[in-house]
Amino acid sequence: MNPANFYALVGIGLFCIGLFGMIINSHLLRKILAFNIMGSGVFLILVALGRRADNMPADPVPHAMVITGIVVAVSATALALTLMIKVTTITGQATLPDEDDK
Amino acid sequence: MNRNRLLLVVLLPLLLTLAAGLGYAVLSLPEQPQYLQKLVMDNMAESGVSHPVTAVLLNFRAYDTLLEMMVLLLALLAVWSFDMTDPKHKTAPNQVLDTLTRLLTPLLILVTAYLLWVGAHAPGGAFQAGSVLAASAVLLSLAGWRLSNKLTALPLRIVLVAGPGVFIIISALTMLLEGQLLKYPVAQAGLYIVILETFATLSIGATLAALFLGVRPGKTDKDKGGKHK
Repeated sequence: MNPANFYALVGIGLFCIGLFGMIINSHLLRKILAFNIMGSGVFLILVALGRRADNMPADPVPHAMVITGIVVAVSATALALTLMIKVTTITGQATLPDEDDK
Repeated sequence: MNRNRLLLVVLLPLLLTLAAGLGYAVLSLPEQPQYLQKLVMDNMAESGVSHPVTAVLLNFRAYDTLLEMMVLLLALLAVWSFDMTDPKHKTAPNQVLDTLTRLLTPLLILVTAYLLWVGAHAPGGAFQAGSVLAASAVLLSLAGWRLSNKLTALPLRIVLVAGPGVFIIISALTMLLEGQLLKYPVAQAGLYIVILETFATLSIGATLAALFLGVRPGKTDKDKGGKHK
Protein backbone atom coordinates (compact mmCIF):
# COMPACT_ATOMS: atom_id res chain seq x y z
CA MET A 1 0.00 0.00 0.00
CA ASN A 2 1.46 3.36 -0.94
CA PRO A 3 1.32 6.34 1.44
CA ALA A 4 -1.47 8.06 -0.46
CA ASN A 5 -3.83 5.14 0.04
CA PHE A 6 -2.87 4.92 3.68
CA TYR A 7 -3.67 8.60 4.27
CA ALA A 8 -6.92 8.22 2.37
CA LEU A 9 -7.90 5.27 4.58
CA VAL A 10 -7.07 7.34 7.68
CA GLY A 11 -9.30 10.06 6.23
CA ILE A 12 -12.12 7.55 5.86
CA GLY A 13 -11.57 6.52 9.48
CA LEU A 14 -11.79 10.16 10.61
CA PHE A 15 -14.95 10.63 8.56
CA CYS A 16 -16.62 7.61 10.16
CA ILE A 17 -15.50 8.60 13.69
CA GLY A 18 -16.95 12.05 13.09
CA LEU A 19 -20.20 10.61 11.77
CA PHE A 20 -20.42 8.33 14.81
CA GLY A 21 -19.80 11.25 17.15
CA MET A 22 -22.38 13.36 15.43
CA ILE A 23 -25.05 10.69 15.76
CA ILE A 24 -24.51 9.63 19.36
CA ASN A 25 -23.80 13.01 20.99
CA SER A 26 -26.72 15.25 21.75
CA HIS A 27 -24.68 18.20 22.94
CA LEU A 28 -24.54 20.67 20.08
CA LEU A 29 -20.90 21.63 20.62
CA ARG A 30 -19.89 17.98 20.35
CA LYS A 31 -21.96 17.68 17.19
CA ILE A 32 -20.17 20.69 15.68
CA LEU A 33 -16.78 19.24 16.66
CA ALA A 34 -17.74 15.88 15.18
CA PHE A 35 -18.86 17.61 12.02
CA ASN A 36 -15.45 19.27 11.76
CA ILE A 37 -13.71 15.92 12.23
CA MET A 38 -15.81 14.55 9.36
CA GLY A 39 -14.71 17.51 7.27
CA SER A 40 -11.05 16.96 8.15
CA GLY A 41 -11.41 13.35 7.02
CA VAL A 42 -12.77 14.47 3.66
CA PHE A 43 -9.94 17.00 3.25
CA LEU A 44 -7.36 14.36 4.10
CA ILE A 45 -8.82 12.01 1.47
CA LEU A 46 -8.77 14.74 -1.17
CA VAL A 47 -5.22 15.83 -0.38
CA ALA A 48 -3.97 12.24 -0.32
CA LEU A 49 -5.64 11.26 -3.56
CA GLY A 50 -4.19 14.31 -5.28
CA ARG A 51 -0.93 12.39 -5.51
CA ARG A 52 -1.67 8.73 -5.88
CA ALA A 53 1.45 7.65 -7.67
CA ASP A 54 4.86 8.39 -6.17
CA ASN A 55 6.53 9.25 -9.43
CA MET A 56 4.08 11.95 -10.42
CA PRO A 57 3.58 15.59 -9.38
CA ALA A 58 0.55 16.36 -7.24
CA ASP A 59 -2.74 17.11 -8.95
CA PRO A 60 -3.45 20.77 -8.06
CA VAL A 61 -7.22 20.58 -8.56
CA PRO A 62 -8.14 18.62 -5.39
CA HIS A 63 -5.64 20.68 -3.43
CA ALA A 64 -7.33 23.90 -4.54
CA MET A 65 -10.69 22.35 -3.61
CA VAL A 66 -9.39 21.62 -0.11
CA ILE A 67 -8.28 25.23 0.41
CA THR A 68 -11.71 26.40 -0.65
CA GLY A 69 -13.32 23.77 1.53
CA ILE A 70 -11.37 24.72 4.65
CA VAL A 71 -12.41 28.35 4.45
CA VAL A 72 -16.04 27.42 3.87
CA ALA A 73 -15.89 24.93 6.75
CA VAL A 74 -14.50 27.59 9.07
CA SER A 75 -17.26 30.04 8.20
CA ALA A 76 -19.94 27.34 8.51
CA THR A 77 -18.53 26.39 11.91
CA ALA A 78 -18.67 30.01 13.05
CA LEU A 79 -22.30 30.19 11.96
CA ALA A 80 -23.10 26.90 13.70
CA LEU A 81 -21.45 28.06 16.92
CA THR A 82 -23.45 31.29 16.83
CA LEU A 83 -26.65 29.28 16.38
CA MET A 84 -25.62 27.06 19.27
CA ILE A 85 -25.04 30.05 21.56
CA LYS A 86 -28.43 31.42 20.59
CA VAL A 87 -30.14 28.08 21.30
CA THR A 88 -28.36 27.92 24.65
CA THR A 89 -29.35 31.42 25.70
CA ILE A 90 -32.99 30.87 24.67
CA THR A 91 -33.62 27.34 25.97
CA GLY A 92 -30.98 27.18 28.69
CA GLN A 93 -29.43 23.99 27.38
CA ALA A 94 -27.04 23.20 24.56
CA THR A 95 -29.09 20.37 23.08
CA LEU A 96 -31.94 20.37 20.65
CA PRO A 97 -35.32 19.63 22.26
CA ASP A 98 -36.18 15.92 22.12
CA GLU A 99 -39.58 14.65 21.03
CA ASP A 100 -39.74 12.36 24.10
CA ASP A 101 -39.29 15.26 26.48
CA LYS A 102 -42.57 16.87 25.55
CA MET B 1 -29.40 3.64 28.51
CA ASN B 2 -31.13 0.76 26.80
CA ARG B 3 -31.90 2.94 23.85
CA ASN B 4 -28.26 3.98 23.64
CA ARG B 5 -27.09 0.38 23.60
CA LEU B 6 -29.56 -0.43 20.85
CA LEU B 7 -28.27 2.56 18.95
CA LEU B 8 -24.71 1.30 19.30
CA VAL B 9 -25.61 -2.22 18.18
CA VAL B 10 -27.30 -0.91 15.06
CA LEU B 11 -24.95 1.98 14.41
CA LEU B 12 -21.55 0.35 14.69
CA PRO B 13 -22.11 -2.32 12.00
CA LEU B 14 -23.60 0.32 9.72
CA LEU B 15 -20.61 2.61 10.17
CA LEU B 16 -18.15 -0.26 9.71
CA THR B 17 -19.94 -1.19 6.50
CA LEU B 18 -19.71 2.41 5.35
CA ALA B 19 -15.99 2.54 6.22
CA ALA B 20 -15.36 -0.74 4.40
CA GLY B 21 -17.27 0.46 1.36
CA LEU B 22 -15.42 3.77 1.24
CA GLY B 23 -12.11 2.02 1.81
CA TYR B 24 -12.81 -0.38 -1.04
CA ALA B 25 -13.72 2.55 -3.27
CA VAL B 26 -10.45 4.34 -2.46
CA LEU B 27 -8.30 1.24 -2.93
CA SER B 28 -9.95 0.33 -6.22
CA LEU B 29 -9.33 3.75 -7.74
CA PRO B 30 -7.23 3.57 -10.88
CA GLU B 31 -3.75 4.98 -11.03
CA GLN B 32 -3.62 8.73 -11.05
CA PRO B 33 -5.77 10.05 -13.88
CA GLN B 34 -4.06 12.58 -16.05
CA TYR B 35 -6.91 14.56 -17.49
CA LEU B 36 -7.36 17.63 -15.24
CA GLN B 37 -3.76 17.67 -14.12
CA LYS B 38 -2.54 17.64 -17.70
CA LEU B 39 -4.97 20.42 -18.56
CA VAL B 40 -3.59 22.54 -15.73
CA MET B 41 0.04 21.81 -16.56
CA ASP B 42 -0.43 22.51 -20.26
CA ASN B 43 -1.90 25.93 -19.55
CA MET B 44 0.43 27.00 -16.75
CA ALA B 45 2.29 29.36 -19.08
CA GLU B 46 -0.88 31.40 -19.61
CA SER B 47 -1.91 31.52 -15.96
CA GLY B 48 0.35 34.37 -14.86
CA VAL B 49 1.69 32.46 -11.84
CA SER B 50 3.96 29.45 -11.54
CA HIS B 51 2.33 27.60 -8.65
CA PRO B 52 -0.37 25.24 -9.98
CA VAL B 53 -2.68 25.47 -6.93
CA THR B 54 -2.73 29.28 -7.12
CA ALA B 55 -3.27 29.05 -10.87
CA VAL B 56 -6.30 26.80 -10.32
CA LEU B 57 -7.72 28.96 -7.51
CA LEU B 58 -7.26 32.39 -9.01
CA ASN B 59 -7.29 31.75 -12.73
CA PHE B 60 -8.70 28.48 -14.06
CA ARG B 61 -11.35 28.15 -11.36
CA ALA B 62 -11.52 31.77 -10.22
CA TYR B 63 -15.30 31.51 -10.40
CA ASP B 64 -15.23 29.09 -7.45
CA THR B 65 -13.10 31.51 -5.46
CA LEU B 66 -15.50 34.35 -6.25
CA LEU B 67 -18.39 32.27 -4.91
CA GLU B 68 -16.35 31.28 -1.89
CA MET B 69 -15.77 34.92 -1.00
CA MET B 70 -19.54 35.33 -1.21
CA VAL B 71 -20.05 32.35 1.12
CA LEU B 72 -17.73 33.96 3.66
CA LEU B 73 -19.59 37.25 3.46
CA LEU B 74 -22.97 35.49 3.73
CA ALA B 75 -21.85 33.56 6.80
CA LEU B 76 -20.75 36.82 8.41
CA LEU B 77 -24.07 38.48 7.58
CA ALA B 78 -25.92 35.53 9.09
CA VAL B 79 -23.79 35.65 12.26
CA TRP B 80 -24.28 39.40 12.58
CA SER B 81 -28.02 39.07 12.12
CA PHE B 82 -28.25 36.99 15.31
CA ASP B 83 -27.68 40.07 17.36
CA MET B 84 -25.15 38.60 19.76
CA THR B 85 -24.06 40.55 22.78
CA ASP B 86 -20.41 41.16 23.46
CA PRO B 87 -19.23 39.42 26.61
CA LYS B 88 -17.68 42.38 28.35
CA HIS B 89 -14.51 41.35 30.07
CA LYS B 90 -13.33 44.31 32.00
CA THR B 91 -10.15 42.74 33.30
CA ALA B 92 -7.00 44.09 31.80
CA PRO B 93 -4.94 41.50 29.92
CA ASN B 94 -1.91 40.38 31.84
CA GLN B 95 1.40 41.78 30.89
CA VAL B 96 2.74 38.71 29.11
CA LEU B 97 -0.22 38.56 26.73
CA ASP B 98 -0.11 42.29 26.21
CA THR B 99 3.60 42.42 25.41
CA LEU B 100 3.55 39.28 23.32
CA THR B 101 0.66 40.62 21.25
CA ARG B 102 2.48 43.87 20.64
CA LEU B 103 5.53 41.93 19.45
CA LEU B 104 3.65 39.37 17.40
CA THR B 105 1.22 41.60 15.52
CA PRO B 106 3.80 43.28 13.25
CA LEU B 107 5.43 39.91 12.68
CA LEU B 108 2.10 38.32 11.73
CA ILE B 109 1.35 41.15 9.32
CA LEU B 110 4.77 40.60 7.76
CA VAL B 111 4.04 36.88 7.45
CA THR B 112 0.72 37.78 5.82
CA ALA B 113 2.47 39.87 3.20
CA TYR B 114 5.05 37.16 2.62
CA LEU B 115 2.44 34.40 2.22
CA LEU B 116 0.46 36.59 -0.15
CA TRP B 117 3.47 37.27 -2.33
CA VAL B 118 4.98 33.80 -2.26
CA GLY B 119 1.66 32.30 -3.44
CA ALA B 120 2.64 33.03 -7.02
CA HIS B 121 5.33 30.36 -7.10
CA ALA B 122 5.11 28.28 -3.90
CA PRO B 123 2.44 27.13 -1.43
CA GLY B 124 0.77 30.23 -0.06
CA GLY B 125 -1.75 32.72 -1.35
CA ALA B 126 -4.77 34.71 -0.35
CA PHE B 127 -6.42 32.18 1.95
CA GLN B 128 -3.35 31.32 3.96
CA ALA B 129 -2.39 34.99 4.23
CA GLY B 130 -5.94 35.94 5.19
CA SER B 131 -6.01 33.31 7.93
CA VAL B 132 -2.76 34.64 9.42
CA LEU B 133 -4.15 38.17 9.29
CA ALA B 134 -7.31 36.98 11.02
CA ALA B 135 -5.21 35.21 13.65
CA SER B 136 -3.41 38.44 14.45
CA ALA B 137 -6.74 40.26 14.75
CA VAL B 138 -8.09 37.53 17.05
CA LEU B 139 -4.96 37.77 19.18
CA LEU B 140 -5.39 41.52 19.43
CA SER B 141 -9.03 41.21 20.42
CA LEU B 142 -8.18 38.60 23.06
CA ALA B 143 -5.70 41.06 24.50
CA GLY B 144 -8.55 43.51 24.87
CA TRP B 145 -7.80 45.70 21.90
CA ARG B 146 -10.79 47.10 20.05
CA LEU B 147 -11.06 49.01 16.82
CA SER B 148 -12.18 52.56 17.47
CA ASN B 149 -15.84 53.29 16.82
CA LYS B 150 -15.01 55.61 13.99
CA LEU B 151 -13.52 52.72 12.02
CA THR B 152 -16.15 50.07 12.76
CA ALA B 153 -18.96 51.66 10.79
CA LEU B 154 -18.13 52.28 7.17
CA PRO B 155 -14.37 51.53 6.90
CA LEU B 156 -14.74 48.02 8.34
CA ARG B 157 -17.57 47.22 5.96
CA ILE B 158 -15.57 48.53 3.02
CA VAL B 159 -12.72 46.18 3.97
CA LEU B 160 -15.18 43.30 4.29
CA VAL B 161 -16.62 43.76 0.81
CA ALA B 162 -13.34 44.83 -0.84
CA GLY B 163 -12.42 41.26 -1.84
CA PRO B 164 -15.76 40.22 -3.34
CA GLY B 165 -16.21 43.74 -4.75
CA VAL B 166 -12.89 43.80 -6.58
CA PHE B 167 -13.59 40.26 -7.77
CA ILE B 168 -16.89 41.36 -9.27
CA ILE B 169 -15.33 44.45 -10.85
CA ILE B 170 -12.58 42.33 -12.44
CA SER B 171 -15.18 39.79 -13.58
CA ALA B 172 -17.09 42.57 -15.30
CA LEU B 173 -13.89 43.98 -16.75
CA THR B 174 -12.85 40.64 -18.20
CA MET B 175 -16.33 40.20 -19.62
CA LEU B 176 -15.89 43.49 -21.46
CA LEU B 177 -12.27 42.96 -22.52
CA GLU B 178 -12.17 39.27 -23.31
CA GLY B 179 -15.85 38.45 -23.62
CA GLN B 180 -15.66 35.72 -21.04
CA LEU B 181 -16.06 35.74 -17.27
CA LEU B 182 -12.70 35.92 -15.44
CA LYS B 183 -10.66 35.18 -18.54
CA TYR B 184 -7.67 37.44 -17.98
CA PRO B 185 -5.61 38.84 -20.83
CA VAL B 186 -2.63 36.48 -20.90
CA ALA B 187 0.01 39.21 -20.68
CA GLN B 188 -1.47 40.83 -17.56
CA ALA B 189 -2.76 37.68 -15.84
CA GLY B 190 -0.16 37.93 -13.07
CA LEU B 191 -1.15 41.52 -12.30
CA TYR B 192 -4.85 40.65 -12.16
CA ILE B 193 -4.12 37.78 -9.78
CA VAL B 194 -2.00 39.92 -7.45
CA ILE B 195 -4.73 42.59 -7.28
CA LEU B 196 -7.42 39.98 -6.62
CA GLU B 197 -5.33 38.23 -3.99
CA THR B 198 -4.43 41.41 -2.14
CA PHE B 199 -8.02 42.51 -1.68
CA ALA B 200 -9.14 38.94 -1.03
CA THR B 201 -6.54 38.64 1.74
CA LEU B 202 -7.79 41.80 3.45
CA SER B 203 -11.41 40.68 3.19
CA ILE B 204 -10.76 37.11 4.28
CA GLY B 205 -8.74 38.30 7.28
CA ALA B 206 -11.37 40.82 8.29
CA THR B 207 -14.26 38.40 7.73
CA LEU B 208 -12.70 35.53 9.67
CA ALA B 209 -11.84 37.82 12.59
CA ALA B 210 -15.34 39.29 12.57
CA LEU B 211 -16.77 35.75 12.52
CA PHE B 212 -14.65 34.94 15.57
CA LEU B 213 -15.90 38.00 17.46
CA GLY B 214 -19.46 37.35 16.35
CA VAL B 215 -20.75 40.72 17.46
CA ARG B 216 -21.91 43.19 14.87
CA PRO B 217 -19.71 46.22 15.49
CA GLY B 218 -21.49 49.49 16.00
CA LYS B 219 -24.67 47.72 17.09
CA THR B 220 -24.92 50.24 19.88
CA ASP B 221 -22.57 53.13 20.23
CA LYS B 222 -20.92 51.63 23.31
CA ASP B 223 -17.76 49.55 23.02
CA LYS B 224 -18.95 46.83 20.67
CA GLY B 225 -16.52 44.39 19.15
CA GLY B 226 -14.17 45.67 16.60
CA LYS B 227 -11.30 44.45 14.71
CA HIS B 228 -8.27 45.36 12.97
CA LYS B 229 -7.99 45.55 9.28
